[in-house]
Amino acid sequence: MSVRPNDARPAGHKPPFWRDRAKRALIFQLILVAVVAAFLIYIIGNTQANLEARGITTGFGFLSDTAGFGIGQTLIEYSSQSSYGRTFVIGLLNTLLVGGLGVLAASIIGFIVGIARLSPNWLIAKLANAYIETFRNIPLLLQIFFWYFAVLRTLPSARESMAFGEAIFLNVRGLYLPQPLFESGFGLIPATFIVAIVASIALVIWNKRRHEATGKRLPVFWMSLVIIFGLPLLVLVVTGVPVTWEMPVLRGFNFGGGITIIPEFLALWLALSIYTASFIAEIVRSGIQAIPHGQTEAAQALSLPRKLVLRLVVIPQAMRVIIPPLTSQYLNLIKNSSLATAIGYPDLVSVFAGTTLNQTGQAIEVIAMTMAVYLIISLLVSMFMNWFNARVALVER
Amino acid sequence: MLNKKHLVLLASTGAITLAGAATAQADTLEDTMERGAVQCGVSDGLPGFSAPDDDGNWQGIDVDVCRAVAAAVLGDSEAVNYISLNAVERFTALQSGEVDVLSRNTTWTTTRDTTLGLNFTGVTFYDGQGFMVPSDLNITSVDELDGASICIQSGTTTELNLADYFRANDMEFNPIVFDTSEQTVGGYQAGRCDVLTSDTSQLAALRIQLSDPSTSMILSDVISKEPLGPVVRQGDDTWFNIVKWSLFAMLNAEELGVNSDNVDEMLESENPNIARLLGEDGNYGEGMNLEADWAYNIISQVGNYGQSFDRNVGMDSPLEIERGINKLWTEGGLQYAPPIR
Repeated sequence: MSVRPNDARPAGHKPPFWRDRAKRALIFQLILVAVVAAFLIYIIGNTQANLEARGITTGFGFLSDTAGFGIGQTLIEYSSQSSYGRTFVIGLLNTLLVGGLGVLAASIIGFIVGIARLSPNWLIAKLANAYIETFRNIPLLLQIFFWYFAVLRTLPSARESMAFGEAIFLNVRGLYLPQPLFESGFGLIPATFIVAIVASIALVIWNKRRHEATGKRLPVFWMSLVIIFGLPLLVLVVTGVPVTWEMPVLRGFNFGGGITIIPEFLALWLALSIYTASFIAEIVRSGIQAIPHGQTEAAQALSLPRKLVLRLVVIPQAMRVIIPPLTSQYLNLIKNSSLATAIGYPDLVSVFAGTTLNQTGQAIEVIAMTMAVYLIISLLVSMFMNWFNARVALVER
Repeated sequence: MLNKKHLVLLASTGAITLAGAATAQADTLEDTMERGAVQCGVSDGLPGFSAPDDDGNWQGIDVDVCRAVAAAVLGDSEAVNYISLNAVERFTALQSGEVDVLSRNTTWTTTRDTTLGLNFTGVTFYDGQGFMVPSDLNITSVDELDGASICIQSGTTTELNLADYFRANDMEFNPIVFDTSEQTVGGYQAGRCDVLTSDTSQLAALRIQLSDPSTSMILSDVISKEPLGPVVRQGDDTWFNIVKWSLFAMLNAEELGVNSDNVDEMLESENPNIARLLGEDGNYGEGMNLEADWAYNIISQVGNYGQSFDRNVGMDSPLEIERGINKLWTEGGLQYAPPIR
């Protein structure tokens, strides 16, 4: 090391702050934060000035005004006398409904197809491959239109509905199902259901401890199934079935009574699930294939049956590869649900950023709220998936 | 994924956010002169009001308002840039300055006039909300529609009127809301809904678009008043006056019997009202910073109100809408323009 004359500083002498890398970095970060803050302050002030100069009303006061329009599918009570704030909730719930059920269906289809693609059976593998290549490569909007206009629109009219028994009807207006009406005493059944679940969990834990201690095992899966479904069923019979069914009946134009599943929902749900499932299938396949074959061979060498090889060796390791890209597929699905507006499904974008925006004219507020909702949903899903990922990740000891 | 609607909305919202505060005081007339064209917001295709013809030229009674403004300002009725807007994006596009005149079958209401920073300049068409039903349902009145599924276009006053009317009459309905009028008709044709509701003029236009118009009929009941007119931004009174008086000039021309065919002969007219209208006596364009022949240009290039009505929506058009309440006041209708003097 060459010693230059300058280096011979007395001990304790600090270099000037611009020579100190840590301080320099801190200063640059502070400058950046200040610039961003100044930009935000400027933009918000400028927007307010512009809106005021143009005589456009601002603020969130409109949320408590009467909405005055009808909405086709409402999960909670709503009438045209409800407030604009209520339309926000209605739209949000409809988005969450199609998003949640979409994630569920896409995961199930995706895992089945992904595993099928690796099947040694030639036909099954090729069918799965054809499914993936077809649905992955057609734009989602076209698929939504396909299900809505080409499939569901060809169903018969309300008067000529397809009937399944006298209880379920399918026509161009949607799927009509009987609705259960619960009588007093029904509360026992969900209570038993919860007790049964708790009991099964206890059984599984006990079985695991016993297995570790003695090596003996009980068929807990089947036992739990019997407890969870058998017990509530038993109570149902004992209490004399306190449920009546409200049947859909053709009244005038439409079916009344029962539960209606509107075709817009069906089309959107099918399209979102099937489209996203094709991506999930590829993720699952890549996850499984990422596990070296040596792992399977090693497990087999320990004479584990094939079922346990998958469950205990391959899938836990594959999950680590699968979960991060799976998260982004879930996020995509939820955000893609905003295409609902194209077929008139009353989701958040259609109801709130569509009708409410136009009736109130509060574009900035409405768009900001809508964007915030998608951001928050996405962040929550990410957080959950990160937590789940951390749980299944390789634990280094 | 964003579709076009959201892009326009976001872009327009962004424009309001980012635009310099000074643009609020913008001089629309000067900008238009400089650009050499009027920025005109029209519908996404409504025959008779604003729709492109086979050659791609925009035609319709709403389009004629923009052409009249262009004729008055620039002396050329073809100097118009048409921007197609759906019901949801129309006001934002006008607020942000993407268009300077919104002439898009838009109903004049208090909220729109007072809280959006916009001004309605007049009424091009007095309309009302009606219902179209399949003929084979044998329905004759709106009161028989209890429990019906009804197709509507999103973001319109019809959505509100419908809810009001059904509630007031203690009837129930199931709204199916679509984005564009095309999708609304699609839903109606597929039987997704029993009834299609919209302004009666639009129903006439939509009915002739059906694959077989004779299978549907328009009920005679009208449940609301829908005065449709052009809209401009608040705060530019000169531009407001120009758009307002462009329509008044067309109405006055019809009242005085001046049309595009006889306007050149009328230049010689002894009638002082006609002389003032055509700029032969005094300069009534001056107050709007226009040339004296502003109204002459409108009438010679676009025609008077009656001509525009007949050509686009009246008996000379496929829509065959009766003149009805849109007759001049002299003939018992509602169309009345203040005098030019």
